[in-house]
Amino acid sequence: MIGPRASNQALAAPLPETLRTVIRPSSGWPLLDLREFWQYRELLYLLAWRDVAVRYKQTVLGIAWAVLQPLLTMVVFAVFFGRLGGLSRCAGDIPYPLFTLCALLPWQLFSHALSESSNSLVTEKRLLTKVYFPRTILPVAPLLSNLVDFAIAFVLLLGLMAWYGVGLGWQALTVPLFVGLAVLTALGLSLWLSALNALYRDVRYVVPFLTQFWMFATPVAYSSRIVPEPWRNWYGLNPMAGVIDGFRWALLGAEAPPGPMLAASLTATVLLLTTGLFFFRRMERTFADVI
Amino acid sequence: MSDMAIRVEGLGKRYRIGERKPYRTLRDTLVEWCSRPRLWLGRAAGRRASSSGSGAVWALRDVSFQVRPGEAVAIIGRNGSGKSTLLKILARVTYPTAGWAELVGRVGSLLEVGTGFHPELTGRENVYLAGAILGMRRREIARRFDEIVSFAEVGPFLDTPVKHYSSGMHMRLAFAVAAHLEPEVLLIDEVLAVGDIEFQRKCLAKMREITRQGRTVLFVSHSMRSVQNFCRRAILLENGTIKEDGNVADVVQRYLRGAGNGQVEFSKGPIRNFRVSQVGDEIELVAQFATAAPLRVTNLGFVIEDADGHPLFGTSPLLCGLEDFGRGRRCGTIRARVRQPRLLDGLYRVSLWFGDGRERILDEPACVSFEVVRTTGVQKKLPGRLGRLAPECQWVIEDDSRKCQAGAA
Repeated sequence: MIGPRASNQALAAPLPETLRTVIRPSSGWPLLDLREFWQYRELLYLLAWRDVAVRYKQTVLGIAWAVLQPLLTMVVFAVFFGRLGGLSRCAGDIPYPLFTLCALLPWQLFSHALSESSNSLVTEKRLLTKVYFPRTILPVAPLLSNLVDFAIAFVLLLGLMAWYGVGLGWQALTVPLFVGLAVLTALGLSLWLSALNALYRDVRYVVPFLTQFWMFATPVAYSSRIVPEPWRNWYGLNPMAGVIDGFRWALLGAEAPPGPMLAASLTATVLLLTTGLFFFRRMERTFADVI
Repeated sequence: MSDMAIRVEGLGKRYRIGERKPYRTLRDTLVEWCSRPRLWLGRAAGRRASSSGSGAVWALRDVSFQVRPGEAVAIIGRNGSGKSTLLKILARVTYPTAGWAELVGRVGSLLEVGTGFHPELTGRENVYLAGAILGMRRREIARRFDEIVSFAEVGPFLDTPVKHYSSGMHMRLAFAVAAHLEPEVLLIDEVLAVGDIEFQRKCLAKMREITRQGRTVLFVSHSMRSVQNFCRRAILLENGTIKEDGNVADVVQRYLRGAGNGQVEFSKGPIRNFRVSQVGDEIELVAQFATAAPLRVTNLGFVIEDADGHPLFGTSPLLCGLEDFGRGRRCGTIRARVRQPRLLDGLYRVSLWFGDGRERILDEPACVSFEVVRTTGVQKKLPGRLGRLAPECQWVIEDDSRKCQAGAA
């Protein structure tokens, strides 16, 4: 009776107009089913919207947290790294608080998205074990909700720029590209981490360390120019270095225009994303059994 | 063949032993890897002894059946017989190891009431969220929104966060959303065991309406009453394979007879085995238990139900006022003897639960059934309209001489 291969031939000619679902044992490396993902887009929006709606419920300050988090970090950085650590020199003629806030925004977008997204399968365990939907929606939804926070904090950045009298050039139009790169990097890594987290809860403890170390390997508090020239392009293999240099170039005109370093970042992100997607899709059929 | 709504062919699901434990840690895997050589040696040696795949359990094996459009089919069987696994595979939550299945039309699955509800969101918001999770489009939900709200009877609280709802309201709203799903194929797992009697009745009516609309329904339940209520056909699963497939009354009878030996063993949980039998004119319930930590109170509760699933009576040490029954124990045998009320002849079922007075560790609805013969000492076969219980009744006749004489005169 167990003959999936033989019986599959009976299914070879599906009726055109009715929807059919065929369930079979897992086979090989399935690709992302974009059409299905699109069909479930409403669920994606709703999950993202739910995260936004719930995030600051029962907090006194509410949505102000989206602004306070980067603002307070900026103050701490300005005092300790800028003033006491003497890093304000590498900001050149740009005020150090602005220099670091411009990096903190994409960085916090990335790190918050990464930690929420890599935990998404575990936090949505009940959904995962009770309802069918494309599993990729779960790590993607936190990216969207964190973009909302980012957008709010971005207004703060613009305000600070106006305060310091820094104007915007045409380069500012490229900001969405760098935001996209940050989000895709977070997604690529989260696909790996969330799938692993379903299997090994160690991931939950690894992620905070990872983001902490990663921040110091990323030019948030300093400038990428302190990395010696021959190594700088390799430094771009940390996609967040490319993103932050891009931000500073686009908004403050601070770093060199995107070049080989950004190319390295792009390559790293694409690599992370494709391998992550394959790994996630390979694992997703077992999620409900192992989580 | 294409006129079938559901086709299942040779479906099987194998779990590796241990795969169902909560989750693995990296340490487990590392330990496993390090002991690989030993594992391989062990396996090579063991292969000669038993060629069958050791270390794996088939939760479902070689299951084949077909369902016509508009048919309502019940899946029954004991706990662990594979009912839920089957439904989960058809709902695409988990995947089969062998065989295949095909479903025609939109599939809606209802494996739990309230999936996706978020306590911080309002009732209104949750309706949209839960609807989307169940696969409804926003327009669809908007169209049926008023219907859903009036069915759930939560109108005035629509803009209150669900965390302030009573559990009944919560359940009502959750069921209402699910009941207004309009798929061609509906998979339902035991969702009717919720809410108060009034609402359960409403749910049942709604379910009957759904099946009458020509939807295909696959229904997993322990409640023989609701199974017989709206399914004509039933499939009995036992140890992951189909034992019987046919007319609902026959299959239910067979299930109850088969389970009627009055004994059940549990592979996990605090209760190892449970036995219920008639001893003389008393009913005796015996359970062996073992837990990791000493118990505050050994609270084994039971409910005796008739064959249709109507609860007759039940109790537990706590309900009897025994606040420190078996305090500090970790294992032992609990014995309960029921002298009153007596049961009339027939087949009965027992639902069990077990807890330490704070939380319920085990909940096994209708896990075992048993037969009762002549506890009442009356030889006569008693008509069903007497109910299921024999009253202890004192009959007295008084001799009121004046009236008797007046009547005689």
